[in-house]
Amino acid sequence: MTEVTDFKELIISRFGEFVKSLNGSSPVLVNSIRNEALESFSRIKLPTTKDEEWRFTNISPLLRYNFNPVVEKHEITAKEIAHFQFKNSFKNQIVFVDGIYSDRLSLSNGLDKIIKIENLSVAFNANHELFQKHYNKYAGFQDNVFSALNTAYTKDGAFIYIPDNRYIEDPILVLFISTSSNNQPLIQPRNLFIAGTNSKATIIEHYVSLEDNVYFTNAVTEIVVGDNATINHIKIQEESRSSFHISRTEIDQERNSNYESASISFGAEISREDISSRFNGEGGECTLNGLYLTDGTQLHDTHTMIDHAKPYCNSHEHFKGILDGKSRGVFNGKVMVRPNAQKTNAFQENNNIILSNEALVNTKPQLEIFADDVKCSHGATIGQLDDESMFYLKSRGIGEETARTILIHAFASDVVKSIKVDSIKKYLEDILDNRFNKES
Amino acid sequence: MLEIKNLHVNVEGKEILKGINLTVNAGEVHAIMGPNGSGKSTLAQTLAGKQEYEVTKGEALFEGKNLLELSPEVRAREGVFLAFQYPIELPGVSNTNLLKTALNEIRKYRGLEAIDTMEFLSMIKSKMKLVELEQSLLSRAVNEGFSGGEKKRNEIFQMAVLEPKLAILDETDSGLDIDALRIVANGVNKLKTKDNATIVVTHYQRLLDYIIPDFVHVLYKGKIVMSGGKELALELEEKGYDWVKEDKVLL
Ligand SMILES: Nc1ncnc2c1ncn2[C@@H]1O[C@H](COP(=O)(O)OP(=O)(O)O)[C@@H](O)[C@H]1O
Ligand SMILES: [Mg+2]
Repeated sequence: MTEVTDFKELIISRFGEFVKSLNGSSPVLVNSIRNEALESFSRIKLPTTKDEEWRFTNISPLLRYNFNPVVEKHEITAKEIAHFQFKNSFKNQIVFVDGIYSDRLSLSNGLDKIIKIENLSVAFNANHELFQKHYNKYAGFQDNVFSALNTAYTKDGAFIYIPDNRYIEDPILVLFISTSSNNQPLIQPRNLFIAGTNSKATIIEHYVSLEDNVYFTNAVTEIVVGDNATINHIKIQEESRSSFHISRTEIDQERNSNYESASISFGAEISREDISSRFNGEGGECTLNGLYLTDGTQLHDTHTMIDHAKPYCNSHEHFKGILDGKSRGVFNGKVMVRPNAQKTNAFQENNNIILSNEALVNTKPQLEIFADDVKCSHGATIGQLDDESMFYLKSRGIGEETARTILIHAFASDVVKSIKVDSIKKYLEDILDNRFNKES
Repeated sequence: MLEIKNLHVNVEGKEILKGINLTVNAGEVHAIMGPNGSGKSTLAQTLAGKQEYEVTKGEALFEGKNLLELSPEVRAREGVFLAFQYPIELPGVSNTNLLKTALNEIRKYRGLEAIDTMEFLSMIKSKMKLVELEQSLLSRAVNEGFSGGEKKRNEIFQMAVLEPKLAILDETDSGLDIDALRIVANGVNKLKTKDNATIVVTHYQRLLDYIIPDFVHVLYKGKIVMSGGKELALELEEKGYDWVKEDKVLL
């Protein structure tokens, strides 16, 4: 580690240099918000375990490093990213190297001009109205220090716009790769996905690392699912085991919209995943699935929030954790049913399997229900692999390791099966195999 | 094939089996009968290697090997199969996957190559017919949402696929209606050869109308209190277990 300076001060001291590196390319709208966000970042205290929302997630290991906002672009070869593209099964991909857009690695094949998969900093200028309407409208930074940080240093990120009545069959891959080109980089993706009325798309967000580096990914993603639109969102977090990953996804759901997501977390030393959806019209459906695997000294924290602000909406949440070593898991699922949100259905389930004596999970549902004609349920379990099931498998000739793998797969299977993209399903199954089948 | 000598087993510190002696040879069918709680399942599960069952005395030799020293999976690979009295559900584990994995681990242990997928599929299809199971159950999770009868038939189906040398059927008949009972018994009979053996654990005599045992043993309070030929089962049926309780306990 280099000389220790205050985490915040160091980042703030780089602001001038950062803005200069933008070369005046950043639009006025973004810049005015940028300054405001910087002000919030310097004002808001970094969370400690005394903050209710961070009770079990101690970020002090993150604060020991001097992270630097990335300003310079580094190129890598297509060969280096091949492994992370799910066998090249996608025609459309947008790639970021250490958070900086790579034109060379990005592809948009076979899409007409009006569907947009672009780098945010380019899109700002060309889509002024959309940005005016949606940028920074869902992930407010006034009380969120990490969102403030992201907004102050916004440069690149994926901008995806599906116009009204368009169905995109091919999934769109958004790939974030970290390299060792920078020293302790601060990588701050800023994504905006907009699905117009009656549109449909599948978006895959993949976070990976070429080497076991120390870096900090602080991502903010805003998603607008228009009337009757469907977004299928898969997020796979496979960051370096020495890195930190904080991600916030804010979803705005319009009338009869459908948002479905699977958040898979394998990597990072400390990772925090905030997913919030707000029903802004009747008839919405929101399905959040998740799977987190931790071992060693990893910590993974999932916070979800479903805001049933309108009647006749359904939400389903199912998060599963598999914890080994001395790792920690946190799940906090908040469901808010506002007074007029009658006929709400909200289901939440969090199941955890602990494979060691020292792993721990803290799970907490938080239901705040202010309407009376609603159906809400929640459940949480923390357990070990079932002895009876193990014995049953062994009694059929299946050895210890294989039996464990089978049961772990089985445990994870409903989340993995909820993923409708076959190449990704296979990819995840292979990861589970490699991780747990030590015999083969 | 199997030789049990003076087997004592404790469960949670309490002695449940109190000196079992039993010899089973290849080609034989043995029935173990007895009232509820007498230790039939404890014996069956101890032979399969359930950890909670602590052997305090005695031994069990399977083809000359000390069975009790082997892990449950190695016992299975050696050729021991237990059809559970209460087969558990394994959500997320498909029947096909379980069988293929099990079969291949057993084959590997015996120095055989993994089975060819096509061969495997046609083999399991023919074995399903044996117990009249719907093919659609194959892709489903093991026992999940199965009826009681389907679960029991599934056990026999697994046995048909794994082809054990010694099969222990723990109350496979209980909870079955007469048609299902006939199907199960028929399956077991078809799988019988001169080289394998079967231990049929049952509470009722009626299964033994279909699976004709060479020997019948009565287990009571952790001991085999009577042994005889197939007539013993009929006698038990007629006189009830009270007959055993009254007359024979003091033996
Ligand atoms: N896992 C267990 N824990 C505690 N007691 C048990 C357990 N399994 C069996 N027993 C006890 O052992 C005795 C024999 O049970 P079991 O072998 O199931 O009898 P059977 O199969 O003949 O009905 C009973 O008294 C039962 O309560
Ligand atoms: Mg029993």
